[in-house]
Amino acid sequence: MKNSSLGQAWLVLLLSLAFGAALAGVQVGWGPIIEQNKRNKTYDQIPRLVHDVEAVDLTGKPAKLSGVKEATEEVPYDDGKSVAFKVFWQGKDPAGKVHLGWVIKGKGNGYADVIEVLIGLDRKAERITGLTVLFNNETPGLGNKITTEKFQDQFRGLDAAKPVGYEKSAPAPGSNRIQAISGATISSESVCNIVNQAVAGFRAQLPALNQKDH
Amino acid sequence: MAKDGPTPLERFLRGIIPENPVFRQVLGTCPTLAITGTVRQAITMSAAVMFVLICANLITSLIRNLLKPHLRILVFTLTIAAFVTIADKFLAAFVPDMSEKLGPYIPLIIVNCIIICRCEVCASKQGLAASAADAVGQGLGNTLALVAMATVRELLGSGSWFDIPLFWKEGTAGEQFRWSIMNQPPGAFLTFGLLLGAVVWIDQLHQKRAAAAKR
Repeated sequence: MKNSSLGQAWLVLLLSLAFGAALAGVQVGWGPIIEQNKRNKTYDQIPRLVHDVEAVDLTGKPAKLSGVKEATEEVPYDDGKSVAFKVFWQGKDPAGKVHLGWVIKGKGNGYADVIEVLIGLDRKAERITGLTVLFNNETPGLGNKITTEKFQDQFRGLDAAKPVGYEKSAPAPGSNRIQAISGATISSESVCNIVNQAVAGFRAQLPALNQKDH
Repeated sequence: MAKDGPTPLERFLRGIIPENPVFRQVLGTCPTLAITGTVRQAITMSAAVMFVLICANLITSLIRNLLKPHLRILVFTLTIAAFVTIADKFLAAFVPDMSEKLGPYIPLIIVNCIIICRCEVCASKQGLAASAADAVGQGLGNTLALVAMATVRELLGSGSWFDIPLFWKEGTAGEQFRWSIMNQPPGAFLTFGLLLGAVVWIDQLHQKRAAAAKR
């Protein structure tokens, strides 16, 4: 018995079972909190991404976009492989639910690691209304400047029907280009590519999504 | 106690400076180089390492008489992996921003040599008190090293300490003094080399003084 496989490995087996049970407990207890954290991070960004002048005009009120998180609906597209957030503003009047636009997720390779972004689009997905970087591991002090408002705000107002490009110097107005971060051209280019791919993919699916609504 | 190795107090004190895991044993250099860009990250990583170190040492010490020599490394790794997973999930649930910033370096604590070294050198041979004291001492030594590295790098690379701007603010003219290499891998190697050299130099100075005093 002492030299059999079980005699040799009983401690390893016992520990594996005990640790496995402990980790299952941890997953049951903290798993929902972790999932909620991920959702919160996405939903916290949504009002900022569709916050534009048009929304204020429609409601006739200053842009206090409270209730956006609660009113937003998740819409699967691309055979359920992706989820778009159909963003609504819920005013005091229950019937006054205003469709502000869409928020979609984009993901792709950056300089150091995967970059994940959220892109805000208007109702017809013709214009980019905002961009925020959800996840990045780019070089601190250089590539991670893609998380700064100065960089992200450049995407607001760009034409979603055309690819977004970049330039090392300040781009001409109306050129549908952004200025790349000095010393971090690859990170800037990666964000443009991710945006272009995600927006084109979503725009191709938009007619089908609109048809479902009607 | 003498035949059971160093006392708990000796174990505790040795880990902080004389046998500092990073600067004297040169162990766990991967996180030392990778996550010391800011003090906040360094402290989070140190706390996670300390937690795993204490738990792994305690479990190993408890089962030390049952360990088969040829299976001991497997048992150490299994124990360490379980507690690293708990630390990783805890950070993801309660400190999500840090969990994201530290990325794969928290799961990589599994292969941190400091922990497996302490299981092998101390916990598999000594009782609970000495193993716990050893874990706390080595954990504090590791914290000291990471915070020292991060202090130099954050001050020079970002002009701040613990995210508090000290020298300049983002977007102001003072930013031109940023030594941005300190935020990057070469800055980590440079800082590590200089601090390692400083620790060795101070140690040699002490030894010379002690030798001179004996004469």
